Amino acid sequence: MIKLTIDNIEVEVEEGTTILNAARKIGGKVVPPAMCYYSKLDCSGGKCRVCLVKVAQSSAKDPRPMPKLVASCSTMAQDGMVVQNITSPEVLEARKAIVEFLLLNHPLDCPVCDQAGECDLQDLAYSFGSENTRSREERSVHKQEDIGPYIQLNKNRCILCYRCINTANQLTDQRVHGMLFRGDHAEISTYIEKSVENDFSGNIIDVCPVGALTDKTSRFKSRVWFTKPYDAHRECPKCNGKVVLWMKGNEVLRVTAPKDKNGEVEHFICNECRFEKKEVSDWKIDGPRTIERTSVISLNHYTNIDKLNKEEK
Amino acid sequence: MGKKILTEHISDPNLHKLEVYQQHGGYASLEKALKKMTPDEIVEEVKKSGLRGRGGAGFPTGMKWGFIDKKSDNPHYLVCNADEGEPGTFKDRYLMQCNPHALIEGMILASYALNANKAYIYIRGELYYVLRILEKAIAEAYAKGFLGENILGSGFSLDLYVHPGAGAYICGEETALIESLEGKRGNPRLKPPFPAVSGLYNCPTVVNNVETLATIPWIVNHGSEEYAKIGIGRSTGTKLISASGHINHPGIYEIELGVTVDEFLNSDQYCGGVREGHSLKAVIAGGSSVPVLPADLILKTKAGEDRLMTYESLSDGGFESGTMLGSGGFIVMDETTCIVRNTMNFARFYRHESCGQCSPCREGTSWMEKILARFEYGGAQAEDIELLVDISKNIEGNTICPLGDAAAWPVASAIRHFRDEFEEHIRRNGCYFE
Repeated sequence: MIKLTIDNIEVEVEEGTTILNAARKIGGKVVPPAMCYYSKLDCSGGKCRVCLVKVAQSSAKDPRPMPKLVASCSTMAQDGMVVQNITSPEVLEARKAIVEFLLLNHPLDCPVCDQAGECDLQDLAYSFGSENTRSREERSVHKQEDIGPYIQLNKNRCILCYRCINTANQLTDQRVHGMLFRGDHAEISTYIEKSVENDFSGNIIDVCPVGALTDKTSRFKSRVWFTKPYDAHRECPKCNGKVVLWMKGNEVLRVTAPKDKNGEVEHFICNECRFEKKEVSDWKIDGPRTIERTSVISLNHYTNIDKLNKEEK
Repeated sequence: MGKKILTEHISDPNLHKLEVYQQHGGYASLEKALKKMTPDEIVEEVKKSGLRGRGGAGFPTGMKWGFIDKKSDNPHYLVCNADEGEPGTFKDRYLMQCNPHALIEGMILASYALNANKAYIYIRGELYYVLRILEKAIAEAYAKGFLGENILGSGFSLDLYVHPGAGAYICGEETALIESLEGKRGNPRLKPPFPAVSGLYNCPTVVNNVETLATIPWIVNHGSEEYAKIGIGRSTGTKLISASGHINHPGIYEIELGVTVDEFLNSDQYCGGVREGHSLKAVIAGGSSVPVLPADLILKTKAGEDRLMTYESLSDGGFESGTMLGSGGFIVMDETTCIVRNTMNFARFYRHESCGQCSPCREGTSWMEKILARFEYGGAQAEDIELLVDISKNIEGNTICPLGDAAAWPVASAIRHFRDEFEEHIRRNGCYFE
C-alpha cells in the first residue's frame, strides 16, 4: 500500500493505482473529471486531457515536481506523491481551456439532444467552462451516417474519446467502426457505411460521454429528467439481465445498464435487453434507483426521487 | 572547412555501392566492434562521445541506450526513424540516398550494442526511391555477410528491414512510429512506459534518427575522445544542417557544432549570405517547429554574445529570446517575407498533421489556423492577437506528444517578435506583402 495526498487529503491505495482512481477513493470534489477514461475498458484514457492535475511532489524518494501537468487517469500514484487538483489555479485554468477546446466545434444542440441531463460534457462545461465563447469561426460539420436500426450516430457531437472503439475491441471479436481521418476532421465511422450489429453493440451508447451515440428506439420520446429510473431484471441467456428501466407512467421508454457513482456502467448488457424488451411485463422491477449524478439539470429532479423513495418506505 | 564525418566521401557518385563504400573505409568498424568490443563497451563509448539525438530533441544517445530494459526476457528492437517530414528539414533523405551503407553499418553496431536481433528502418512513404536504394544496399550487405546469421563469425545475428510509412508527419514521433510499424493507426502512445521499457510489440525498443545512427561507425572507428573533441561543450560532433530560403547557396551542410550563426549564414563555404539586394529579416533555426527569431536575435544572444550553432547557444535566453537547434532545418527569410503568412502556412501544416487524438491539439491547431487566415485574408480584430497567444499557451504542454508544442511555438514566437506586423495586418485588413 502507498500513501499520497490529493488536494491536502491523504489517501492510501494499492500500488499501481492511477491518481484518478486514488481520487475516486476519496470521492467528492477532488475527483478530476474524465471524458475518455473508463475504468471498465482497457487502454482507455489519456486523450481528452480534462483530468490533468499538477504533481507538486513526484514521490517520497524524488521530491521534485513534475514539469508539466499530467493526465491523472494514466499516471500511476507513487508513495509520498503530492497532487493538486482543484487547489491549483494552474489546473483549473488548463481545464477551462480544454473545455473551451471540446466545445469549439460542438454543435451545442442540447435542446434537441437526447443526452442532455446526463451528459458528461454538459456537466463539465457547467463546472469548469466559461459562459462565453471566444470563437468566431464556423463550427465544423461532419457528414452523417446511418449505422443501423438501433444506434443513432451524431458525429458533430462526438469528442473523439475512443471509448466506443475500446468497448467494441473488448466485447466483440470484430469491430466494424473506428476512427477515420486525422486532426480536426477525424471522425468515428464505419468503413464504408456498415451497420454496427452484434449482440453487445448497444453498450457503446452507455459509454459515450456525450450525445454522439444515442438509442434509436427511445429517440425523442422524453427528456431524461421526466423519466423515472427503476432497477429491474429478467432471465437473459446472454447477459446477467440486470438493467435500469427509464419509465414514464407505465411505459418503458429506455433500458440502460446500471451505472455506478462514477457514471460508469456496472456491467455490460445485451442488445435484446436494451432494445427489444420495452414492456413492463418483460421485467421484474426491483424498485426505484437512486442516481448519484451531479448534473445541474438532473440534480434537482433526482433529489426529489430520493425523497419519494423515502416516503414509499 | 570543418571536419566531415557523414559527408566526407559523399561527392563520390557511387558511394551507395558497397565496394565503393568499403574502399573509403566502410564496414571497418564491424571487425573491431563485433570481435574486440562488448556491447556495453560500445554503449559506454557512445555515452562518452557526447553524441546527442539528431532528430530534434537532442537527447543524449548513449543515455537513451542505457535506459533499455536489460532484465526483460523479451527481444530487443532497434528502430531507425527515417520519417523525416519537418518542413525545412531534408538531411536524412540526402544521407540515405547518397550514403546508405553508413546507416546500415551504424544500425549493425547499434543493434549489437543493444543486443537486438531485428532492426527496422521506418522510412517516410514519399521517399520510395530512397527505400529502393536502401533495400539494394541491404541486399548487398546480406551478400557480404554483414547482415544475417552469425555476422563475420562473431555469433551475432541481425535482420534489417525497411518499412515505408503512409504519409503521416505524426509517425515521426517515436511512439506513433512504433504504433504504425505494428500496423496500427499512428497515434502517439502515453508515456510512461517509454519505448526503452515497452516499445515495439511491447518489447524494449530504441528509436534513433538516421543521422545519429550513421555517426556511430565513426565513433567506433576513431574513439569517443576524438569525437568529443569536435564541437563545443555538451554539443559535440558534427551536424547536418538543411539550409533553405532566401540565401545564395541553399543546400545541406555538415558543420562542426560551434560554428557561429553569422559564419554559417554569411560565409561562402555555407549559405553564402542573404540574396543580393535584400536584408535578413528572420531565421527559423531548427525546422518549422522551433520558434522563429528576428535578425538581431539570431546573430547575437540577448546578452550580446555571438550565437553559435550549438544546442546550448541557440536556446540561450529560453523562448523569450532564444530558439532551438531542433532537427537542423535552417530557414532564412528576407524582408520580402510576410511573417503572418509564413506562420499561417505552418499552422496549416500542423492542423493537417495533428492525429486528432487529444483535444487541445486537435481543436487548437485548427482554431489557430482559422484565426491566422483572418489576419492574412482580412477580418482579424484587435483581440485576436491575445487570443492566439492564449490558445498557443493552452495547447503547449497539455498534449500527449510534442506535436502540440511544435504547433504552438511558431505562433507564439511570431507574435512575440513580430507583433507590429500582426497589428499592421489588422489595420490594413489583410496582407500587404507582394
